[in-house]
Amino acid sequence: MSDFINEEHENITGIEKQAPDRITDKERNRYRDLDNVIKEYIKKPGHLIGILHKAQEIFGYLPEEVQTYIASKTGIPVSEVNGVVTFYSLFSTEPKGKYEIKVCLGTACYVKGAQEIMDTLKENLKIDEEETTQDKLFTLKSTRCIGSCGLAPVLLANEDVYGEIAAKDVMKIVREYQKGEKIEN
Amino acid sequence: MKIENIGDLKALKEKHYPLIKQRLGHRNGLGLTQIMVCSGSSCVSTESQAILRELERELDEHGLNENVRVMKTGCLGFCQHGPVVMVHPGEIFYCRVKPEDVKELVQTHLLEGRLVERMLYQEDLTGKRIPSINDIHFFKAQERIVLQNCGVINPEDIEEYIARDGYHTLADAILNKRPGEIIDTISKSGLRGRGGAGFPTGKKWEMTAAQDVTPKYVVCNADEGDPGAFMDRSILEGDPHSVLEAMAIAAYCIGANQGYIYVRAEYPVAVERLEIAIGQARETGLLGKGLLGTLFNFDIELRLGAGAFVCGEETALLHSIMGARGEPRPRPPYPAQEGVWGKPTLINNVETYANIPIILRRGWEWYQGYGTATTKGTKVFSLAGKIKNTGLIEVPMGTSLRTIVFDIGGGIPGGKKFKAIQTGGPSGGCIPEKFLDRPIDYESLKEIGSIMGSGGMIVMSEDNCMVDLARFYLEFTQDESCGRCTPCRVGTKRLLEILKRITEGHGEMEDLDILERLSLDIRDASLCGLGQTAPNPVLSTLSYFRDEYIAHVRNKTCPAGVCKGLFSYRVDEEKCIACGLCAKACAAGAISGAPKQPYRIDPAKCVKCAACVAKCPKEAIVKGSDKEAKINENAGIFSGTGSQESRAAL
Repeated sequence: MSDFINEEHENITGIEKQAPDRITDKERNRYRDLDNVIKEYIKKPGHLIGILHKAQEIFGYLPEEVQTYIASKTGIPVSEVNGVVTFYSLFSTEPKGKYEIKVCLGTACYVKGAQEIMDTLKENLKIDEEETTQDKLFTLKSTRCIGSCGLAPVLLANEDVYGEIAAKDVMKIVREYQKGEKIEN
Repeated sequence: MKIENIGDLKALKEKHYPLIKQRLGHRNGLGLTQIMVCSGSSCVSTESQAILRELERELDEHGLNENVRVMKTGCLGFCQHGPVVMVHPGEIFYCRVKPEDVKELVQTHLLEGRLVERMLYQEDLTGKRIPSINDIHFFKAQERIVLQNCGVINPEDIEEYIARDGYHTLADAILNKRPGEIIDTISKSGLRGRGGAGFPTGKKWEMTAAQDVTPKYVVCNADEGDPGAFMDRSILEGDPHSVLEAMAIAAYCIGANQGYIYVRAEYPVAVERLEIAIGQARETGLLGKGLLGTLFNFDIELRLGAGAFVCGEETALLHSIMGARGEPRPRPPYPAQEGVWGKPTLINNVETYANIPIILRRGWEWYQGYGTATTKGTKVFSLAGKIKNTGLIEVPMGTSLRTIVFDIGGGIPGGKKFKAIQTGGPSGGCIPEKFLDRPIDYESLKEIGSIMGSGGMIVMSEDNCMVDLARFYLEFTQDESCGRCTPCRVGTKRLLEILKRITEGHGEMEDLDILERLSLDIRDASLCGLGQTAPNPVLSTLSYFRDEYIAHVRNKTCPAGVCKGLFSYRVDEEKCIACGLCAKACAAGAISGAPKQPYRIDPAKCVKCAACVAKCPKEAIVKGSDKEAKINENAGIFSGTGSQESRAAL
């Protein structure tokens, strides 16, 4: 296991064989980063969850290929890797939009009208929870309590926190991101 | 610098104590102003870090760096009024500070020596501005023991913790005391687990110490998953070293060399502070090999959760620490016998650990002075929901809920009526007004169908529907049920289906009995705490708010106007000024009217999106139950969809 860093990336070559144009430099770098993570974490036992957190940071989500790759590098059966990925709600097997809009549906936010905020977003973005808009801009999610109950109801757009929002104002926030996107383009 | 004995600690304390003393209200003529910026999660998300940067920049500009220091500090608990900035000397408490206010703060307070009136806390009743934190009732009414360092020290500086006698207890324990003595003190203090179940902490330590298997492990449960609870997070963010110190003491007592803190990944600030704290403790030799020059080794590793509520359950948590699916297992064997890697493991909650150093420092006799006959000490609670002072408080055990909600919490905003308070998160129950005067401890809450839990409290007003709330909690537990045992996996699903049916207006009276029977079965037959307590919200609302259930089932109405299927919007004709804004806002074309005539909403077309409510300048659009609306229409002749009995009653 110790010298795997020097080996050729079996899985990448595997993917390359199947679809040679699909593997990009970017992807290759990502796998290299993942290798470093695994090398660091594997020194101590029981670090699968830690590796998956980092892998999700690198790839944005945890597709089958990445799970298989981690399994082969750590020696943990792929069934177990997949079992852990699907057990915890923070791990995602689907790619996410550029902005992840998370509505806190903890109790404090719920009693202050978070459900209305969620409904407004669903209606206007025309997607359901856990779905991504067609332009790949927004993924809509509900989240467990983030502990900012003093600001309830709370909405997160990636890392930005918006507190004490009313259902009627929520689309203003979304539009700011849409506008920003246009300017960037 | 490595700390090797109590003398080293004392020297560090001497060095920093003047600064701390000033923050505690001593006018010690330092010739120095200290500005403390709250850097708890809640204030961070309202840009307190931008305030910090802005302050530093302004001070630089005015050349005040010499005499003014800006510092991060932990949560003071007054989250509703954040971001909070305190200025010493004077304990001046500025609230709702914005980054753009910094210029004025520096100019007026620091350069001109006057208070910035408008940013001071305004008392609700009198409208008076109160400059000093010591005069604000919210703080005066509390007893801060566990939270004594939160808001006083910089959590990212180990030396400030040492200046507050930090790590002195650890040094005293390792150098001068035998493990048995320490465990004895903990037992005598009467401390019970603050994670919810209230198991005597001393006994747990004793049990783990008695195992003669090695290695052993010490674990801190920081998987604070109850929605609306943020006690542990605030302790970790505001005073992380107190937890590290307590874990090291615990390790010395039971004979462990490795500790784990299992913390939620949803708490990035707490994780960062812990990482910093562990790093500093290692550098100073308070963690690692040979603590304080002895042969005792102890180190701590962080393990991040990944979003599973059940991992707060100790056996599930153990699995998750080992990198596996966080599923619980039957006990015994208890973690004290077989825990991490199958070895004896001591698991305590964050707040429990935070109590340890202070108990050892001040003695069990002192600690016994707080609390009730069965429950000693203080408890940190987080207040949220329909309450004026959302935030974090610490009160002695035995304080009444009324004191917490109406005195410290400031009551319900908007002149609304109190309906219930929910304690213990999804595992707890809803407590109605008639029990508000009970002194709270583990036993008294259990008697009335709720639990202490970790300390989250959610206040509900008359605008909240208790049936809908029970449904909300069941949705949560059903979603978080790990699926390992049938009563919880299938039972909670069935409970949820019935509750959904009732909130949609398709319930039968028979459903109430089924709910109750099924709840009792799930409680008795589930594998772990999650399943055993999941029916609590249902059982408690059924027993205290049965009339609301009956209104949903028999009369097909939601008295609070929450359940969408069971109420309609109507125009209050006296308030309507016929401006027509509502009709324009209505996407469903359900509103019609003519100039100078009150507008009307067609309930058949209305989709209850509330767009009209938001647009109406006169607040003339109100919620009414279907029954009411129909009574109005037909001038008192009831034609609702209710049952025979309610028709007869009318």
